[in-house]
Amino acid sequence: MSILTFTLILILGAYLAGLVGSLTGLGGGVVVIPLLTLVFHVDIRYAIGAALLASIANSSGAASAYIKEGITNIRLGMFLEIATTLGAVLGALIAIYTPTNTIAILFGCVLLFSAAMTLRKKNQEALTEGSQLSAVLKLNSSYPTAAGPVNYKLRNVGAGFSIMTVAGVMSGLLGIGSGALKVLAMDTAMKIPFKVSTTTSNFMIGVTAAASAVVYLQRGYMDPGIAFPVVLGVLGGAFTGAKLLTHINPSTLRIIFCIAITFVALEMIYNGYHHQF
Amino acid sequence: MKNSISKQLIGDRDVEKIVGQLLRFGVITASLVVLLGGILFLVQNGAGARPDYHIFKGEQDSYITFEGIFMGLFTFKPMAIIQFGVLLLIITPIMRIVFSLFAFMLEKDKLYVIITLIVLGIILASTFGGLKV
Repeated sequence: MSILTFTLILILGAYLAGLVGSLTGLGGGVVVIPLLTLVFHVDIRYAIGAALLASIANSSGAASAYIKEGITNIRLGMFLEIATTLGAVLGALIAIYTPTNTIAILFGCVLLFSAAMTLRKKNQEALTEGSQLSAVLKLNSSYPTAAGPVNYKLRNVGAGFSIMTVAGVMSGLLGIGSGALKVLAMDTAMKIPFKVSTTTSNFMIGVTAAASAVVYLQRGYMDPGIAFPVVLGVLGGAFTGAKLLTHINPSTLRIIFCIAITFVALEMIYNGYHHQF
Repeated sequence: MKNSISKQLIGDRDVEKIVGQLLRFGVITASLVVLLGGILFLVQNGAGARPDYHIFKGEQDSYITFEGIFMGLFTFKPMAIIQFGVLLLIITPIMRIVFSLFAFMLEKDKLYVIITLIVLGIILASTFGGLKV
């Protein structure tokens, strides 16, 4: 295969990854890793480097749109970024001592969990009573809806912060945004309405990924020949996905993709278990 | 614009809008640079055989230091241009943090100035901690 053919096929593949990532809400990075390793037989370390870049591109691109609507809670994002960046640095350190097959198995597990999280029942309620800490940290806010702004308060700040640290470790170790874990921390622990938690999580992914990105760049994980088709493809796919989302209701598509991703996750675990990486 | 930008002049919503524009500008610039480098890369090497990405070469590869990337950039090497675009992409969210820091300073929100400084400190420590120049 020539470099030109490889690049064109990879752009197409990354475009589809960005599209699926955007329609399911999983993010492009998480689909890029199985695409590169299982389909193109690229070493998982190059795949992790490319996925980190895809996560940053995805997050920065989408966040700019959400912020415009005023849903993202910037203070909450900034506060929780202490946890995710610390975790990400820790994850990048652990990665040196972790065998690639273990990383593949761990990735498969996180992917399974993420697919399940996409299909869960979402937290629509806004709390009117928050914890004392949430008031001290000025985390309570409001977000716009069709029926006017809705005020919300939050609780379990400590638990949310802890889960965010784990999300950061996963992000640093696997090169993904770990959006599912971030949403778990905000939705389930801190009781934030899901519209706020998903957009704030997206907003945070770029910073979390940037915390470990330079470390990986210097370890040689980011190969220009892979980075270039992946970044452009994923961005294009995510852009199309965002446009499509305003016209179609993706609930059926989401279920189909999540089943497909479950099989992909199982294959990653299987291959990792049999030392294929 | 007046010399003193007070809380009235620059509110939370304005800050959010600027943050959004900053992120979009960073991503667009980074992808254009990556695209330029990619096209040059394909023109020069497109017919060559696909490198064996199955084997991880890691730090033997070039363009893993800031110095290497900038040296290659000034001699117009396609791989270095792509890596420079990659750097711009990584820097975009970090610039967002720096901007938020100034915004919280203008709002005189001491708590969030400290929180933002912690986040920035962690990222910069990680970036320059293992630096090989």
